[in-house]
Amino acid sequence: MDGILSLIIFFPLIAGVFGFFVHKDNIRVYGITATVILFIMTLILWVSFDTSMAGFQFVEHISIISQLGMSYHVGVDGISLFLVILSTFMTMIALIGLSIKENVKNLIISVLFLEMTMVGVFLSLDVILFYLFWEFSLIPMLYIIGAWGSDRRVYAAIKFFLYTFAGSVLMLVGILYMGYLYHVETGVWSFSISDWHLLVVPFDLQLWLFGAFFLAFAIKVPMFPFHTWLPYAHGQAPTIGSVILAAVLLKMGTYGMVRFLLPLFPDATVYFLMPIAIIAVIMVIYAAMIAYIQEDMKQVIAYSSISHMGIIILGTFALNAEGITGSIFLMISHGIVSGALFMLVGVIYDRRHTKNMSEFGGLAISMPTFATIFGVMLMASVGLPLTIGFVGEFLSLMGFFRVSWILTLLAGTGIILGAIYMLTLYKRVFFGEITNEKNRGLKDLNAKELTALVPLVALVVILGVYPKPVLEPIDTSIKSMIELMYKKAVIQETKDFIVKVNTIEGGK
Amino acid sequence: MLEPISIDLVSLNFNSILPMIIAIVGALTIICIDLIVKDRSKLFYTMLTLFFILLSLGAVVGFDGSDRGFFDTVLVDGIARLTQIIILVASVLFVPLALSSSRFQEFAMPEFYALFLFMIAGFMFMSSSDNLILIFVGLETASLALYTMIAMHNRPKAFEAAIKYFTMGALASGFFVMSALIFYALTGSVEIHKIAEVLQARDFEPLVAVLTATVFMIGALGFKLSMVPFHTWTPDVYEGSSAPLAGYMSIVPKIAGFVVAIRIFDMLLDSGVVWLESILYVLVVLTMTLGNLIALVQEDVKRMLAFSSISHAGFVMAAVLIGTTEAHSGVFLYWILFMFANLGAFAMLWASRHRENLWHKRYQHPYSKFSGMIKIMPIYAVIMGVLMFALAGMPPFSVFWGKLYLISTAVNSGFITLAVIMVLNSALAIYYYMKLIVYMFLKEPKSMDKSVYISNISTTIKIIVGFCVMVATTSVFMIEPLLKTILNYVTFSGY
Repeated sequence: MDGILSLIIFFPLIAGVFGFFVHKDNIRVYGITATVILFIMTLILWVSFDTSMAGFQFVEHISIISQLGMSYHVGVDGISLFLVILSTFMTMIALIGLSIKENVKNLIISVLFLEMTMVGVFLSLDVILFYLFWEFSLIPMLYIIGAWGSDRRVYAAIKFFLYTFAGSVLMLVGILYMGYLYHVETGVWSFSISDWHLLVVPFDLQLWLFGAFFLAFAIKVPMFPFHTWLPYAHGQAPTIGSVILAAVLLKMGTYGMVRFLLPLFPDATVYFLMPIAIIAVIMVIYAAMIAYIQEDMKQVIAYSSISHMGIIILGTFALNAEGITGSIFLMISHGIVSGALFMLVGVIYDRRHTKNMSEFGGLAISMPTFATIFGVMLMASVGLPLTIGFVGEFLSLMGFFRVSWILTLLAGTGIILGAIYMLTLYKRVFFGEITNEKNRGLKDLNAKELTALVPLVALVVILGVYPKPVLEPIDTSIKSMIELMYKKAVIQETKDFIVKVNTIEGGK
Repeated sequence: MLEPISIDLVSLNFNSILPMIIAIVGALTIICIDLIVKDRSKLFYTMLTLFFILLSLGAVVGFDGSDRGFFDTVLVDGIARLTQIIILVASVLFVPLALSSSRFQEFAMPEFYALFLFMIAGFMFMSSSDNLILIFVGLETASLALYTMIAMHNRPKAFEAAIKYFTMGALASGFFVMSALIFYALTGSVEIHKIAEVLQARDFEPLVAVLTATVFMIGALGFKLSMVPFHTWTPDVYEGSSAPLAGYMSIVPKIAGFVVAIRIFDMLLDSGVVWLESILYVLVVLTMTLGNLIALVQEDVKRMLAFSSISHAGFVMAAVLIGTTEAHSGVFLYWILFMFANLGAFAMLWASRHRENLWHKRYQHPYSKFSGMIKIMPIYAVIMGVLMFALAGMPPFSVFWGKLYLISTAVNSGFITLAVIMVLNSALAIYYYMKLIVYMFLKEPKSMDKSVYISNISTTIKIIVGFCVMVATTSVFMIEPLLKTILNYVTFSGY
C-alpha cells in the first residue's frame, strides 16, 4: 500500500487538470466519478489502516529542498484518518447534490483542486507542506464564493481570503522559527512534525510560538473576535461552497490545534488554557444567541457552526483522552451535519430563491421527505442522543468537566440554546398551515438530492448508535499524543495538570 | 622620463570581459549591417540580438580562469557571474517580445537592438567590478542606453518617462560620483576591497566623512533600486515605457544595483557602525510598506506592478541588510523567481496592448479592462491569475519560495521583527494582486470581445509567457538545484 497517500493527494489535482479538457456537458459526471474514486481510495486506506498503532502509517518521505529541510512528508494516524475520509466524502456528496448550471466546468475543476488541498492539509507531516496546502486552499474557495455566490459575493470572498491569509502569515514566521530552533538543537534542518515532536521548547518561546500558530488557527475556526468573516462567507457562498466550508475547511483550524499546538507547546497550551476556554464558551453562547435572531436560514446554520466549533475547541483543550477524542469526533459529526443542513437549505433555495424563514411555513405538508430529513439533521445538530451529534458533544464536555465544571455548565447551556434556535427554525419553516401560496405544490426531493442526502442520514444514525469504529483509532492516537505532551512539558505545573485531567496510565 | 609600459596581453585576462566584448561586438555588428543593408525586418535583428546574447551567456557559463582582469579592475567572482546570468536570461526572455503582432516603431529600428546590447554590456561591467570608477562607467553606459530606448517608444508619455528617468538618473550619478570621491579622498583608492582595508585599519575614522560618503552611496543606489524615498520616478517611467521594457527595467538594472549594494554595504556593515544598519533598516521597511500601500490604490495594472516592484526591491534589500551568506543567496534566488513571474506578467500586458487607450482616458491597462476575463478567455485568465499569485508570494508558486527563504534567513539571523514586518507586508501585497484576480474571475465581462486581450499577441509572446508560467508553477522542484548553485557561487565569492 505504499504510495496510497500520494495517490490520494494528487489524484484530485490530476483529475482537475484533465478536467480542463473535458467537454462542459460531461464535466458533472466526470467530477462525480473522480470524487467517488477518491472516496473509495480513502475507504481502502481506512480498511488497510492498522487501528492498534498510534503512530503515523503509510509514511512517505522525499526531500525536496534539503537546504531548507523541507520535504514531502506525508502520513496518516487516527487523528487525520477520518478527517481525510470526511473531506473526500463531503466533496463527493456536495458534487452529487450540485445544482449549479452556469460555468459548471470551472466550478468542478475548482472543487477538485480544493479537495486536493483539504486532503493535503490533513495528511502533511512536513509543516511547510502543510502551510502550502493550507494557503492554497484559499484560492479555489475564493473563486467558488466569489463567482457563484449571491449579491455581495465579491466582498464576502475577499473578506474570507484576506482574513485567513493575514492570519496565517504570522504562522509562517512561527514555522520558520521552529525550524531554526530545531537547527540550533540538532544541527539539521527539518520541518517534519515527527522531528519537531522530539524538540523541547523553552517556556517563554513556547508562549510566542503558540501565539503565532494559534492566531492562524483561531481565524480559520473561527474563534470569537475573528468570526465575522464566516457568516458573510456562508451567507454569500453557493451551496457547494457552504457545504465544503462548513464541513471541512473550518476543521483545518481545529485540526491544526490538535496536531501542532498541543504536542509542540504543551506548557503554553496549559498556560493559555483558561483564556481560550472562556473565549470558546463565549463563542458557544454568543453565537447561539445571534443564531436565534437570524431571519436567514443559512445564517442560522452559519452561527450554529460557530457555536459548535466552540465546543470542539473546549474538548480539544480539555487535554484528556475523552475530550480530544470527542472533539475530533465532533469535527466529523459537525462536518456531516452542517454540510447536510447547508445542502438542505440549498435545496429549498433552488426552489424558492429565498432563504428567509418568514417566507416559509407549512413546508412539511408540501415536502414531507424534505421535512423528515431536515428533522433528522436538526436533531443531530442539537445533539440528541443516538444521533451522531451527541457522541462528540458529550465526550467533549465530559472531558472538559475535569478542567472546570463551571465552564462546562455554561457551554451546556449553549446546547440548550442550540435546541431553542433550531427548533424555532423548524417550527417556522415546516409546521403550521401553508401561509405563502408559493410554497404550495413545491416538488419534494428529487432523485439527485436524495442520493446526496440519504447517505448522510444513514451516517447520522449509524455512527450515532455505534461510534466505536471511528472512536477507537482516534483514541489510540490521542492517548499517545497526551503521553508525548506529558513527556515534553518543561514545567512541573503542566505535568501535574495533565495528570490531573487524565486518568490514563501514561499520565500517572 | 617615464618608463615605457609594456603590457602582457595574457595578464589582461581577456576572458574576464569576454561576455561584455561579445555584447559590444554584437551591437557594433548591428550598426554596421544597418549601414550596409537597409533591411527593416525586426525578425532579423531580434534573432541576431538573441544570437549574441546566447553567445555571451555561453561565455559566462563557460568561464574559467582567474577572476581578476584588466589591472584588477574587473572582478568576475561568483556573484558577478550569477548576476550576468540573470541579466542575460532576462534579456533572452525580453528580446523575443519585440516580435508582437502590432508594429511598434522602436522595434523596427536597428538602433534599438544595438542600444540594447550596449546596455547589457554596461550592466555586466557594473556587476563584475569592485572598482568604483568602472562601476560608474558601466552604470552610465547602461543607463544612457536605457533612457534612449524608453524614448524610442515614441509616445508623449514615453518622452516624459525618458526625461524623468534621465534627470533622476543624472542626480543619482552625481551622488555616486560624490560618494566615490569622498571614499577616494579618505583612502586613496577606488577599489572597494582596498577602501575596506584602509577604513578598517584606521577604524572608520573620520566617521563624519565615512557617513557622508555612505549616505551619498545610499542615495545613488536608492535611486537605481527605486527605494523609498527615491522611488518617485518609477511608476511614471514604467507607465511611459512599453510593457516588456518596464518589466525588464524592474529586473535587470535592479539586480545590477543589488550586486553593487552587496559589495559596498557588506564592507560597510562589517564595520559594525550602528547607524548604517539603522538607516538601511528604516529604508527597507519604508520601501516595502510604502510601495505596498501605494500599490493598493492604483487603478492601472501596470502602475500597480511598478509599485509592487518597489516593494519587492525592498524585500530583497532586507536580505542585503541581513548580510549573511544565506541572505545574499536569497537575493539571487528571490530575484530569479521574481524575474520569471514579473516578466510573464508584463508580457501578458504586452499581449493585450492596443494603439488606443480604449478603456480609460489615461491608462492602457486599467483593472476594469480585465473584468470577467475568465468567461472570455479562460486559459489567459488562469495564466494571469497564476502569475499574480506567484508575485504575491502565494504558495506553492515561485516567489513564495524566495520569500520563504528570505524570511527564514531573517529569522535565523535574529531579525525577528524584520521577519514579522516582511510577512505582514506580504499579507498587504496579496490584496492588490488579488484585486486583478477579483476582476478577472469574479466580475462580469463588459464585452465578449476576445480581441481585447490578444490585440498584440504572437507565437513568441505565447512561448515566453508559457515558459514563465511553467517556471512559476513548477518552481518547487527547481529550488533545490538552484539554491545549491547559488550558494556555491556566493560562498566562493566570500559574501
